[in-house]
Amino acid sequence: MVLDANWAVKWLTLCAQAMAENRVWLIELDRAIGDSDHGENMDRGFQAVLDKLAEVPPETPGAALKLTAMTLISKVGGAAGPLYGTAFLRAAASLGDTVEVEPAAFAGALLAARDGIVARGKAEPGDKTMVDAWTPAAEAAVAAAADGAGSVLEVLVAAAEAAEAGAAATDPMVARKGRASYLGERSAGHRDPGAASSALILRAAVGAAA
Amino acid sequence: MTVSLVVVSHSEKIADGAAELAAQMAPDVSIVAAGGTTDGRIGTSLEKVMAALEQAAGPDGVVILTDLGSAVMTAESALEFAGEPDGVVLADAPLVEGLVAAAVAAQGGADVHAVKRAAEAVYGSATGVPPSSSISAVEEGSVTGAGPEFTGDFELINQAGMHARPAAKIAGGLSSLDARVTVNGLDGTSMTALMTLAAGKGSVLHVEAWGVDAERAVNYVGGLVQAGFGEP
Repeated sequence: MVLDANWAVKWLTLCAQAMAENRVWLIELDRAIGDSDHGENMDRGFQAVLDKLAEVPPETPGAALKLTAMTLISKVGGAAGPLYGTAFLRAAASLGDTVEVEPAAFAGALLAARDGIVARGKAEPGDKTMVDAWTPAAEAAVAAAADGAGSVLEVLVAAAEAAEAGAAATDPMVARKGRASYLGERSAGHRDPGAASSALILRAAVGAAA
Repeated sequence: MTVSLVVVSHSEKIADGAAELAAQMAPDVSIVAAGGTTDGRIGTSLEKVMAALEQAAGPDGVVILTDLGSAVMTAESALEFAGEPDGVVLADAPLVEGLVAAAVAAQGGADVHAVKRAAEAVYGSATGVPPSSSISAVEEGSVTGAGPEFTGDFELINQAGMHARPAAKIAGGLSSLDARVTVNGLDGTSMTALMTLAAGKGSVLHVEAWGVDAERAVNYVGGLVQAGFGEP
């Protein structure tokens, strides 16, 4: 399996599918501690990404991610738009014109995405945000790629599993950023919707390579 | 030409309304609203913000005013997509008050940094403390420090005293001068600070100014006050 433009398009297609399937779950998560629009926004955003990909088929993974960035910031509306947009934009910049992405380059792109989210949202690990999914995911991918033995699939799986564990770890946290922070202690006991959708995105990357 | 302004709000109505309000005090300033999503929902749209930035772009630069959190993120993203263009800055200020203050400063011919400062000075006035108060305290307490270079006391003669329009005239003119000016201890370039003086007819404005244009600044305020701001 190589991480080329076809993989990227399949990844984004699976993201759209995952957002559609989990739309109601994300809405419910967001209703508990936010403004209940996350599922709707992500579903609409990724459907728009599919339309764009069909219009202008990308020639590299980087081009696919850049198109995604632009579309998500335009269509999502809430805070998730610019955060995911920045993540995909920084990942795209990190990949450049690479046609086939090596494991280490993929890990580097995840780190760049995480740094973009932190720069844009000013959240830190433990704030109960999507950073809590992206930070362990990027670090796990870097570690898996550094092993040298790590195949592309192993790096993708490491990232997805770390993101899922990171998202689950937001359950007991008290939110310190975003609208959930207005709830204070009452935000504990609910999964952060942004961390949940981040884990879906990284799991889709595995599906596209399998 | 003046500095142009872009208003980014989650609500199209807020962006349009704020732009309309500010335009009343700044007829020559281009104020472009980018509110709501492209399909008319509550939210912010990169497309709308980028289109507004393009429309507002000019030789004198652009200051962007935003409302809640993700509007800031969308505006920052737009700048990142546009390759961080020169002369385009984000002001960290309350949307309505900051926009009006920025518009007045731009109308007065202030440059892009002065317009941004005028918008952000609104925060300082909210507590009644001018942002520069700490600087003047240091100067007064130090051995080599000097008091204001020029001062003046002017009695308000117009019926309505200090209200929005006079405050806009004073703040707008002062923000284009190279001087630090206080009026009764508050930042003279902040329209909202001046309005908090709530100075009626017969009140005296005490003006202190530092800097190259200090004398002009005091004379400017004096001239306006003594002419009753052109009001009865």
